[in-house]
Amino acid sequence: MTTLHAPSRRQLLRASGTLFAWAYLPKLARAEGRDPRFLTIVLRGALDGLAVVAPVGDQDWISLRGDNALTLDGKTPALKLDDFFALNPAMPNLQRMFKDNEAIIVHAAATSYRERSHFDGQDVLESGVEKPGSIDSGWLNRALAGLAPEGAVIPNRRRAFAVGPVTPLVVRGPAPVLSWSPRQALPASDDTIMRLLELYRHTDPAFARVLENHSQLAALAQSGSVQKIPGGAQIMGPNAAQLRAYVAETVGAAAKFLAQPDGPRVGALPLDGWDTHFNEGIAAGRLAQLLGALDGALAAAKDNLGAAWHETVIVLVTEFGRTARINGTLGTDHGTATVMLLAGGALKGGRVVADWPGLKAADLLENRDLKPTVDVRGVLKGLLKDHLRADERILSTDVFPGSAAVKPVAGLVTAA
Amino acid sequence: MTSNRDTEAALALHRFGFGPAPGSIAAIASDPRGALLADIMRPDAGLVAAGNLPNSAQAARAFFEYRAKRAAEQKLAQRAKQQAALNGNGASMSSGNATSANAQPAEPSADLDAQNEPANVGVQLVQNEAHVRIEAAVGAQIGFAERLVWFWSNHFCVSTDRIPSMAGAYEREAIRPHILGRFLDMLVAVESHPAMLFYLDNAESMGPDSVAGINRSRGLDENLAREALELHTLGVRSGYSQADVTNFAKVLTGWTFIGTGVPEHGGEFVFFERLHEPGDQIILAKHYFDTGMQQGLAVLADLARHPATARHIAQKLAVHFVADTPPPALVDKLTKTFSDSDGDLKEVAKALITAEESWTPQRGKLKRPSEWHVGALRLTGARGNVARFMVGQLRLGEPMWRPPAPSGYSDYESAWIDGLGQRADIASNFANRIADRLEPTSLVEQGLGPLASAETRDTIARAGSRAQALALLLMSPEFLRR
Repeated sequence: MTTLHAPSRRQLLRASGTLFAWAYLPKLARAEGRDPRFLTIVLRGALDGLAVVAPVGDQDWISLRGDNALTLDGKTPALKLDDFFALNPAMPNLQRMFKDNEAIIVHAAATSYRERSHFDGQDVLESGVEKPGSIDSGWLNRALAGLAPEGAVIPNRRRAFAVGPVTPLVVRGPAPVLSWSPRQALPASDDTIMRLLELYRHTDPAFARVLENHSQLAALAQSGSVQKIPGGAQIMGPNAAQLRAYVAETVGAAAKFLAQPDGPRVGALPLDGWDTHFNEGIAAGRLAQLLGALDGALAAAKDNLGAAWHETVIVLVTEFGRTARINGTLGTDHGTATVMLLAGGALKGGRVVADWPGLKAADLLENRDLKPTVDVRGVLKGLLKDHLRADERILSTDVFPGSAAVKPVAGLVTAA
Repeated sequence: MTSNRDTEAALALHRFGFGPAPGSIAAIASDPRGALLADIMRPDAGLVAAGNLPNSAQAARAFFEYRAKRAAEQKLAQRAKQQAALNGNGASMSSGNATSANAQPAEPSADLDAQNEPANVGVQLVQNEAHVRIEAAVGAQIGFAERLVWFWSNHFCVSTDRIPSMAGAYEREAIRPHILGRFLDMLVAVESHPAMLFYLDNAESMGPDSVAGINRSRGLDENLAREALELHTLGVRSGYSQADVTNFAKVLTGWTFIGTGVPEHGGEFVFFERLHEPGDQIILAKHYFDTGMQQGLAVLADLARHPATARHIAQKLAVHFVADTPPPALVDKLTKTFSDSDGDLKEVAKALITAEESWTPQRGKLKRPSEWHVGALRLTGARGNVARFMVGQLRLGEPMWRPPAPSGYSDYESAWIDGLGQRADIASNFANRIADRLEPTSLVEQGLGPLASAETRDTIARAGSRAQALALLLMSPEFLRR
């Protein structure tokens, strides 16, 4: 995997094709002598919060998830965070950041959305609007547009950027954005292939046979027994190493942009693939692989940010959580509350922010989901207010309309 | 009843068109078969606005000029290099740095090459033509006429591997004007087109006893004659002999084109008497007097009218549109229409869509990658750039106008089904690029409507993201098959 050298302005221009001047940036924060960086990673597909950060101190935990419950003494033991919570074993870097007070876990959090459609849930999460509907701008973009315009123009810093083939909704809007795409395209994910296989098994046996054969071939090729898959192109989804490399490149590139002295200061990128209905693989399987890739990417981001890490907040959000219990296919279905992961040297970290709702049947939302006790918008408002110095009134009107009752969570960053 | 109409409309679009665009199922639901008929009754059906595109001869001349210039530049560069080597040998030996600097150009950077070299005229010609072709397919209301263009273009294929400059113009000149005309007219246009004469090597073929053949001790090339019999008309194993092939090759000698380096008329068809094998010929037991070029036209006229040709074409059409193993009754009907109408392709196309056997609700036919690819663009409203489409087709094993053999791209599932994994990759990448602004559940209605199975609807509804939902929709059996 070739690592990207620090992207210059020239490369940014070439990669994006379009470039907009933009006269807004965190002026008040800069007046304090800070130069804050803010990266939002949207985990699409609904991340199983209980599989990322397990409430190992809850007496109902084991009975809730049985063999699939992460524990501190399992075959692949979870990583201890505090007396109550433990982290998925695939995320040692995040654990280290947590111990170094550079990471915060927010648990049992949810947006204002209470249905269970991915697309609507993603719209609500990224738009920042209370209910799904047709809105084509995101809270992050509107937050930037709401920052005080600065008098002096420093040309290269005045734009948000998005990483990925499509500008995610969260960063779309009136403030101009600049986008950058990783050069390599990934093959269809294992998850997509598995869903197709499932569909074909019921509707098109010939297609199912072909995909199955190819998956066996691909597995052979990955184990080294077959040099090359006939036909050249990869048939099955990326293997763990490819996935790690891809996610690390994507997130790492974002970090390099943020690190530049005259680079952009705010960015967003989406990562798909968290919809784990069957064979979730919490401790060792598919989810563990994805989380491992994400964990590696956070480490890459820290490396690439260098000194700027201390002025950085990375927030990872997902549209909603998953069922508290494991379903009939060793996975979890769409749920409600989940985790938010915060990482960065600017955080007052080493804490789990939660008002734990409990796991007894009566504690669960509709007897199925972790009950939300923290509003995602409150956390985001807290970060935007204290880290970027966004105006609280604008946060409650333009950025997260109708959220006046949701107070910004205070004290998340060191500057506050 | 409405629902039956919707089903038939969706079927019509997938089987006979390039697939639905949003709203098109509803647009033709009142009379799907009538809509297909109307598509081929348009006076300009099958035609495209050529705009500034050069005709095949102009294109060939431009390509010739480009190659000639490049050859000259390379010669100059070669000379300069040799001169420099003679002059500077000692200097470069004295310095390690200089040596390594000299070594650098041996590893060319793709970027630098792209900037320094003039655009390849051949590549540009193909891309410009491809753009027009893709636009016509993606923008068509139904696309039945365009599907016929693609069918005939594949039946009478040439390849950009051999003749990049003319491939697109060939389709516009020899195929498009005739898809709803007489088969014989298309056959003559094809066999006399410089692109085909070059692709199947007839341009250089000469009669051993022709003036040029005697003077240059050269002779026949049977390639075009054989493929014209085997692929274009009668079909393989339909009763012709080697002698028929050889004699037909003799008949076709002299069918060539003016050298593309010749100003003004270079690249245009010409019958060169000097290359033509003198004498009468016997083909399929029929005597053809030596009437020069008329001799070949007479053979083509008989081939176009031959019962084996009618059945060959009927079978190919039925396999292409309906099923790998089409209902024999359908092939019979098409054969009869072809014969009775003396190869009137509009009548044949009408017979195809009016035959009840064409409307079998079983949708087992796997779309070729290109048809599927165009269908994805139509449904999503995405207008990808040409280069991306071409690269996608290359990855899917069906590069445009570049079939591996004169038989064209296969119309059978066995040729394509193993590429399902590549389609999934393409679908995923495509969906990642564009799905963000789309509503997958409504696209299921727009793209599949009543054809969508409960399983497919469920799979799409449960997808983890819009992008995945779109990829799953494009990869659903209902979207992959017609």
